[in-house]
Amino acid sequence: MSVLERETDGVIMTPQNIRTRRLPLVVNVIVAVVAIGLAAAVVFGFGIGNWVLVAVLGLVFYLVGLLIVAGRVEGGRAARDRMWKALIYTACILAVLPLASVVWTLVSKGTQRLDANFFSSSMNNIGARDPNGGAYHAIVGTVEQVGIATLLAVPLGVLGAIYLVEYGRGRFALTVRFFVDVMTGIPSIVAGLFILAFWVLIVSPWFNNGQPRYSGFAAALALTVLMLPTIVRSTEEMLRLVPGPLREGSYALGVPQWKTIVKIVLPTALPGIVTGIMLAVARAAGETAPVLLVAGGAAAINFDPFAGNQSSLSLFVFQQAGDASKYAPARAWTAAMTLVALVLILTIAAKLLARRNALTR
Amino acid sequence: MGDYPSRSANSEAGGSGVTARHGGTAGSDVSPISPASPSPFGGGGGLPKRARFSTENGFRGLSRAAGAMVLVIIVAIAIFLISKAVPALRANTENFFTYEKWFPNEAKPNFGIAALAFGTVLSSVIALIVAVPIALGIALFLSHYAPRRLATPLGFTIDLLAAVPSVVFGLWGRDVFLNPVRDFSVWLNHYFGWLPLFGGDGPFGRSILLGSLVLAIMVLPIVTSLSREVFRQTPTMNEEAALALGATKWEMIRMSVLPYGKAGVIAAVMLGLGRALGETIALALTLGSVFAISFNIIQNGGNSIAANIANTFGEANATGRGALIASGLLLFGITLVVNMAARAIIYRRREFRDSAA
Repeated sequence: MSVLERETDGVIMTPQNIRTRRLPLVVNVIVAVVAIGLAAAVVFGFGIGNWVLVAVLGLVFYLVGLLIVAGRVEGGRAARDRMWKALIYTACILAVLPLASVVWTLVSKGTQRLDANFFSSSMNNIGARDPNGGAYHAIVGTVEQVGIATLLAVPLGVLGAIYLVEYGRGRFALTVRFFVDVMTGIPSIVAGLFILAFWVLIVSPWFNNGQPRYSGFAAALALTVLMLPTIVRSTEEMLRLVPGPLREGSYALGVPQWKTIVKIVLPTALPGIVTGIMLAVARAAGETAPVLLVAGGAAAINFDPFAGNQSSLSLFVFQQAGDASKYAPARAWTAAMTLVALVLILTIAAKLLARRNALTR
Repeated sequence: MGDYPSRSANSEAGGSGVTARHGGTAGSDVSPISPASPSPFGGGGGLPKRARFSTENGFRGLSRAAGAMVLVIIVAIAIFLISKAVPALRANTENFFTYEKWFPNEAKPNFGIAALAFGTVLSSVIALIVAVPIALGIALFLSHYAPRRLATPLGFTIDLLAAVPSVVFGLWGRDVFLNPVRDFSVWLNHYFGWLPLFGGDGPFGRSILLGSLVLAIMVLPIVTSLSREVFRQTPTMNEEAALALGATKWEMIRMSVLPYGKAGVIAAVMLGLGRALGETIALALTLGSVFAISFNIIQNGGNSIAANIANTFGEANATGRGALIASGLLLFGITLVVNMAARAIIYRRREFRDSAA
């Protein structure tokens, strides 16, 4: 039966009659309130749970109620549309909740030990009954390891990206590109095991009278393995955004290709490249597993990355989390807050830099 | 606008010259130093001869070596892990793949990967079951529902979630999230204890469930950001055509956005799986470290390959290290296969490849 057949004589074609009927917002709210009330009645009436169950059950009742009510007023298709919209909004709220909880815990628990002592002392000679002790040695370790890793990974990564964008062609370049992407997914613990097998157990005994030697440098190598693909990928993306006419103009003036790359292409893409590097550094600073495997962890301050065990901020958090001392959790949370602050500052700075970048997609 | 106003990521890029050869090498067709063959008419007589040893060749070789470095590292990982794993596997007195216990430091080393591999897969699968619907919901919200003023900061927040180190999530899971999960486990056990998944008599809490939920939170941003990119690239024409035919917004999404992004979503899920399989510290802090195969997900217990490496590395001797490296080798193999499959899916669609992070 079509719309035309259904039309009767008395109907006047006003906007109200032509448009489909919409569910008023008031009805929507009423459905929600009724659903929550019903859920509360069911849950507390039978005594089967607490307010969390009320919320979950209330959501289910609301969705079903909305489906029925909107189905009566607007029709089945519009009702399903409303239901999915509600589900999608719920997903967003669900995702923000844990983040809010993490941030709240970091701030509330992390400020317990946020004092000068924490940032100026190490864990050397700190027993289970000592309330003080700090993360100075860990901060030193993080800075040195990430610094060395950056020094190693940036030239390699940028050159690799230059190869992929400017020189590479054919099957080999495609293979390299594919494996750069695959390598971004290598678990950090595998990178740690690789450096353990390669550097700590096989290479370092040559320099250390046949004994394997854990060191900050080994951790830096593992972090390099993790940073390299990230840097190649982000740099590659930025180099591709450099307009072709810039290169062509340079070639037309007789400048060789390598000089064009160094003097024209790289400076143009520099802000974007730096953004990528900062994101990679932020990720590397948060890695725990490789440092645990190849740097060994230490309680005392060790400035030498090439000899002796070193700690790092993330490893410090992990070790304090496993410590039985009643003062350990406070130290762990303060170190975690320091780490998150470091990572977030780097990330946010990188994103702001990216926003100012002239080369945008 | 042309006939096909594509919304692919590179359509608005830089100048006019870049877009056309985005897939190939930028500037490859104007390479000035490498004339394919000298012209028989001698037109290039004024050009300098191509030197055999020049800065140009040196730079090219250097960059090529840097590119090859990636392949070298992946091969080296396999070689060195195998070289250290084989002696330990030789010393093993049990079947590595079917034995459940892990005693590599004994005089007669006996260890096997069965329980660890099972726990790794179980926790990752549960994490994905929880995370993927939520992640797709957020991705759709960011790409199609949210007003721009809300989408930008929310997307930024999700990206920040990806930047938080895993040790922080582990610490949070152990100190904060443990309590609600324990209450939830007790509730599940009380009402659904007849299911083998939720059976047992406790203690509850440091279980596969806790580890999986923490993993889910960590996988969420990866799946979200890639799916969002893919959903955004749906051709506007498809969306508008669906709407013009009278489809509701959800029908438009189901008919044009989801089919278009299907391959990308599958790849995003697999990348999330790769991350979940390899996650170490968060699971080391939240799982109960029990070497047994059990489908019970709420009782204290559970273990994974990576978490076991982090937990037992401290007291491992030479054989113990070899055994851990052997388990890491297996993990490397699994994640390599998962990641390669995901990337292969992405690479089939060029517009995805060029935007996927």
